[in-house]
Amino acid sequence: MASVQQARQHRSLPGFGLTLGFTLFYLSILVLLPLSMVFVKSSGLSWGEFLGVVTEKRVMASYRLSFGTAFTASVINLVFGILIAWVFVRYHFPFRRLLDGLIDLPFALPTAVAGIALTTLYAEQGRLGQFIPMKIVYTPIGITIALVFIGLPFVVRMVQPVLQGLEKELEEASYMMGASRLQTFRKIIFPEILPAALTGFALTFARALGEYGSVVFIAGNMPMKTEITPLIIMTKLEQYDYAGATAIAVVMLILSFILLLCINGLQWWTSRKILEN
Amino acid sequence: MAIGTLAVQRKVSLSEPLWVRILLISIALIFLVLFLFFPLLIIFTQAFDKGWAVYLASISDPDALAAIRLTILVAAITVPLNAIFGVAAAWSITKFRFKGKNILITLIDLPFAVSPVIAGLVFVLLFGGQGLFGEWLFQNDMKIIFAVPGIILATMFITFPFVARELIPIMQSQGSSEEEASVLLGASGWKTFVHVTLPNIKWGLLYGIILCNARAIGEFGAVSVVSGHIRGLTNTLPLHIEILYNEYQFTASFAVASLMSVAAIVTLILKNFFEWKMNNGIGESV
Repeated sequence: MASVQQARQHRSLPGFGLTLGFTLFYLSILVLLPLSMVFVKSSGLSWGEFLGVVTEKRVMASYRLSFGTAFTASVINLVFGILIAWVFVRYHFPFRRLLDGLIDLPFALPTAVAGIALTTLYAEQGRLGQFIPMKIVYTPIGITIALVFIGLPFVVRMVQPVLQGLEKELEEASYMMGASRLQTFRKIIFPEILPAALTGFALTFARALGEYGSVVFIAGNMPMKTEITPLIIMTKLEQYDYAGATAIAVVMLILSFILLLCINGLQWWTSRKILEN
Repeated sequence: MAIGTLAVQRKVSLSEPLWVRILLISIALIFLVLFLFFPLLIIFTQAFDKGWAVYLASISDPDALAAIRLTILVAAITVPLNAIFGVAAAWSITKFRFKGKNILITLIDLPFAVSPVIAGLVFVLLFGGQGLFGEWLFQNDMKIIFAVPGIILATMFITFPFVARELIPIMQSQGSSEEEASVLLGASGWKTFVHVTLPNIKWGLLYGIILCNARAIGEFGAVSVVSGHIRGLTNTLPLHIEILYNEYQFTASFAVASLMSVAAIVTLILKNFFEWKMNNGIGESV
């Protein structure tokens, strides 16, 4: 009886056909059809040719670089993201609100602007670079710095609401039972924020792998050394090597799909955690 | 008295020693200053490095003005279209039950996970000289790649999920009972949407639009692939910044970058305002 009523209620709102139809149409034309072109185009290559392109020495070096820098930047953002979220939620200090509002700057600032600003700042003669004894610009360290900037908001913004929603009673109980503050964090708080933090980590990683604008300025783009995978696609396109560019794009796209599935799984885990509370 | 002691004890039990607090706050502040504040600051110090005259000349240069106009045009087309899509997608996903809903949500997220360079590449494969429609476009004397339509398409792809992603959780948490009541009382679907749904999602919608707009005016990688970098014609502001920078015109490059940074700061202020409005709205209805 209840389910019949529910079903009728759901039918009572108009616009299902129109909105879903438009959604599917727009999604297909703008996203699915263009993306499918990558697979269509690369099917023009034989398996041997495809493997040849995507495992070429220079391309392999770019995977290592893109992976290494994206992973390092994501780990840095994971650690500092949790710390910043913690400090914002739990402590009071001057300019806290201002800084909290500034966290999303990397989402609002064009990546090219971030790229030239970081390059100028960390150049050997730059305002900050002159105080640092090692070379940063045109090295993998520089690329990592750009990726840390780009991914900074993800972990903070994922962890912050979870910390805010934590019930103080749990921590109190833990204190009453004689646990130290560090033990309470490790055993009570950390497991609660872990899914959100990992989601933020995966989002940072996915963004960092594909990032182009902020990286090209600080990377120096030397083959085998500081050439990221998206830049190789760009270079091949400029040489009108569409098949080669597409083959590498296939590898990156498959990776993106896998990451997206991981992110969805993590998000589901996060929302279940929140519901449990 | 006893209550006071309890409160103090509660406070002690739920906080860290003073030195730990100071240490953690210091680490966070140093990190934020190094990675957020200094980069923002250097844009403005570099932009005004050679004074106001050079600054004004840089941003009133004909190529810069053409880039500003093109960037505004691209955002003016991209953002409304993606906003309409976002509302339609959120309506269909949150007001009805159907199979494959989760797959649809994942597919909407797809552009977030795709590298901007690939977002540009797919449109080259469709409309470029060797592309699927390349021959047909050439015969009909139409140009999409290395022209404005390509820039708009690539930007639409990149900013596709922003509004939908913002609205879906908001509309999900609000449920459909108000809309159902309105329809039962005889209002049409459109009327229900305008008078019942829209006021409820107003701030969330604006929030999504402002983030969509920020990305639309700032997109670099995807636009770089399809633009062709023709000065005065297909250069958006970020591409103009790149060209100036690569020509060692650093002051001019940072002058244009400072304009975009002001836009970014305005975006942040509006974003925080909309967020505050949204939280207040929830407070009122509860």
